[in-house]
Amino acid sequence: MIDREVIEATLAFALRNGGDFAEVFAEDRRSHAASLDDGKVEELSSGRRRGAGVRVIVGETTGFAHTADLSSEGLREAAAAAAAVARGGAPAQPVALADTPAHASSAVRVAPESVDKARKVALLQAADAAARAEGAAIRQVGVSYGEGTRQILVANSDGCFATDTRTRTRFAVQCVAVGDTGMQTASESPGRSLGFEYFDQFDPEDIARTAAQRALMLLTARPAPTGPMPIVLKRGAGGVMFHEACGHGLEADLVKKDASVFAGRVGTSVASPLVTLIDDGAMVDEWGTAAFDDEGTPTQRNVLIEEGVLTDYMWDLARARKDGRAPSGNGRRETYQDLPMVRMTNTYITAGSDDPETIIENTDRGIYCVQLGGGQVNTATGDFVFGITEAYLIENGKITAPIRPANLIGNGPAALLAVDAVGNDFATWAGTCGKDGQGVSVSAGQPTLRVAELTVGGTAV
Amino acid sequence: MNDDLLELARRVAGEAQPNEHIEVLVSRGRDTDVRAYRGAVESLTVAGSEGIGVRVISEGRQGLAWAGTLEATAVAETLAAARDNARFSEPDEYVGLATPIDVASAPIPELSLWDDTVLRESTESKVARALELEAATIALDARVRNVRSASYTDGWGASALVNSLGVEAVSASTGASCSVSALATDGDETQTAGGFSVARGFAGVDVAEAAAMAVTRATRLLGAVSIPSRRVLIILDPMVTRSFLALIGAACNAESVQRGRSMFGERMGESIGSESVTLIEDPTIQDAYGASTHDGEGIPTRRITLIDRGVLRSWLHNTYTARKGGTTTTASAVRGLGSAPGVGARALFLAPGPDDPDAILASVPEALYVQSVSGLHSGTNTASGDFSVGADGLMVRGGAFAEPVREVTVASTLPRMLLDITAVGSDLTWLPGGGAGQTVLIGEMSLAGRDA
Repeated sequence: MIDREVIEATLAFALRNGGDFAEVFAEDRRSHAASLDDGKVEELSSGRRRGAGVRVIVGETTGFAHTADLSSEGLREAAAAAAAVARGGAPAQPVALADTPAHASSAVRVAPESVDKARKVALLQAADAAARAEGAAIRQVGVSYGEGTRQILVANSDGCFATDTRTRTRFAVQCVAVGDTGMQTASESPGRSLGFEYFDQFDPEDIARTAAQRALMLLTARPAPTGPMPIVLKRGAGGVMFHEACGHGLEADLVKKDASVFAGRVGTSVASPLVTLIDDGAMVDEWGTAAFDDEGTPTQRNVLIEEGVLTDYMWDLARARKDGRAPSGNGRRETYQDLPMVRMTNTYITAGSDDPETIIENTDRGIYCVQLGGGQVNTATGDFVFGITEAYLIENGKITAPIRPANLIGNGPAALLAVDAVGNDFATWAGTCGKDGQGVSVSAGQPTLRVAELTVGGTAV
Repeated sequence: MNDDLLELARRVAGEAQPNEHIEVLVSRGRDTDVRAYRGAVESLTVAGSEGIGVRVISEGRQGLAWAGTLEATAVAETLAAARDNARFSEPDEYVGLATPIDVASAPIPELSLWDDTVLRESTESKVARALELEAATIALDARVRNVRSASYTDGWGASALVNSLGVEAVSASTGASCSVSALATDGDETQTAGGFSVARGFAGVDVAEAAAMAVTRATRLLGAVSIPSRRVLIILDPMVTRSFLALIGAACNAESVQRGRSMFGERMGESIGSESVTLIEDPTIQDAYGASTHDGEGIPTRRITLIDRGVLRSWLHNTYTARKGGTTTTASAVRGLGSAPGVGARALFLAPGPDDPDAILASVPEALYVQSVSGLHSGTNTASGDFSVGADGLMVRGGAFAEPVREVTVASTLPRMLLDITAVGSDLTWLPGGGAGQTVLIGEMSLAGRDA
């Protein structure tokens, strides 16, 4: 994308007035999307985004500029703008660039651009037919396919020089069902860091059937109950609960600003001893995976909570440098136009030893969640919410009636301490995490587990 | 300054072959963003961006492509990609471009959306604003010792849209704002809330107002606890009202209606709200931050009354949904560079009522004032209208705020909520991101909290 000599010159130029750190992050992203709605293939769209962001850090201050012009002149101009925060200091010398070693990134077997558009369109049509075949009550089906390949280059004045190619594929189906109780929608949208070989693992017709059956089930669902009760989360239902309950609260930038309830708690018990929480940017093929984070730090498996004890936060370069420790591979940004910050990658609770069936049998009255929607957290108070999109009542140890969507609310530390059963299975869920206006791809995972008490915000008071 | 955008859009649209139509959107912008923390500049970003989006229609098939640069080879590749994509979508008789006749359907609104101070003020004075904001916030109350972030942002954007049927629309606008997230602590407890000030240019941004807003909203939540589940009257803060109105607006979108995804689908002409509810979309209002002279297809905007004293009167349309529905566009097309025009509201608001917020609070013996909600998007089913959201706020008794409340949810349905609106405040406030809100009183909703 950019010659090594041009990068070296840009970094030197960025530090000519002084400074502690300079970085060039460049990307070239090609994406393609196709969608079907109301029975018609209606939108095929292709995109190209290419540019570089130059960052200069002087003491506590970061200067940042970005450009779509990757020539040496364009990069110099961006470097000058970013360096404007460092005025009149002695020039600083960048360390010579050395290739940063890393484990193999998710190697793509079938590059998406090698598959012709007609084949992708056919997948949309097959999914549409499969969803509608589930029942006449399925009135509307929306199907979408998205692929993106990003070439990344990160280089900095500490000598890092990392390049990577990241490919992601996602297929989504949304269904509207209409019945006596009104209209309900449901969706299913798995994503992976894979090329077109994604479709060896995920069958569009299965995805469509899952979404359609979920929508049909919601037609028969009764209003969700209200108040505190035990919640059993099916494996993969949405580690979004842990993403919200403690994930954001363990991001070092929020911790260091005293905006997290987990500040100052390393070494203390923050969860039930059954809980071990990991963030791992190197998990093979997962939605949040990459060889390097967006600051050039190789991704790795980070143990955040071990058997209930808080062991570490997640770090980006700036926070890690400040604390005099190694970064953890959690410095991410949405595009070259954004500053990186601490973000999760693939965050999950490790499997335990309980049989999932037994967990349900041992629950007198509660909710069994099969799919969670999005959520939100106030890291300063620890209060979080997340939506349940497919769930059932548990009555006397048995799964009974489906319930309509509702929000669950809780408080992070309390919810973690209340985990009282962890199953021996496991699955993940792909989504987009938003923070400060930037969305990044993440996955969240957990085994079937039970939280002794969360509040269900239903309408049946 | 941005004449080259119109020239480029004309050139690319002019490449249309006899059997095709082309629509080109070209844009450019520049932003300055300053974040302050602990009395120093945490980050300073100054950057520009530009891009092109091309829509090609050929024999009723539509293809799209975009690029984040206006460099010549990328522009040529974008046109080629859009043409190729058109070959694979299915023909749709309603797909088409805006025409000069559509454009002549309403006068171009007179709007002054450009404030030069965004370009003329130095970066140093913008940096000073962000630092002032943090200092002002911490100085207001001893319980606010810190902020999570304090920022000043401004920028300008310019765009040109040209299509091969002869429609041309150019626009340029500026915006400036400051925002702060205050952290209030009392012993072990921390509460947080935001404050902001938004304007067309540097001169209008009021740092003191943003600081006061954040400090008031954060400190009044100190001591908040969850309360037992119950039914309770609800009063919405203006920003919460605006968030709910955005969902109602989305259900009045002809695209959702025609695809069977709107909770109001079959109800045109029916009473769907109380008499207090008159919902209007009007991008011609100068004070609205979503104000715009044209929509995303190049057609002049105009005022549309969606709900009139509770009765559903109109959907929002673009030319596609208008063709499909046998009606005329309401100039409500919205589009990004890489997408076909959708439908959306830019400046949605409820017609204000006679009572100010104090009068509304005093009009009921007891209610929950909802200051903020969380999980609104994850907790709302847009097809059925069911919603369940986390809420923070204060109980109201005898016309005054009483104990603060947190860790509860309120739930109902959007159709039910519209019918139960009993009073709409006079405090109409235009908010960042388009749209306005005000204090609103609603009948009882289910609140889920701790066990009694």
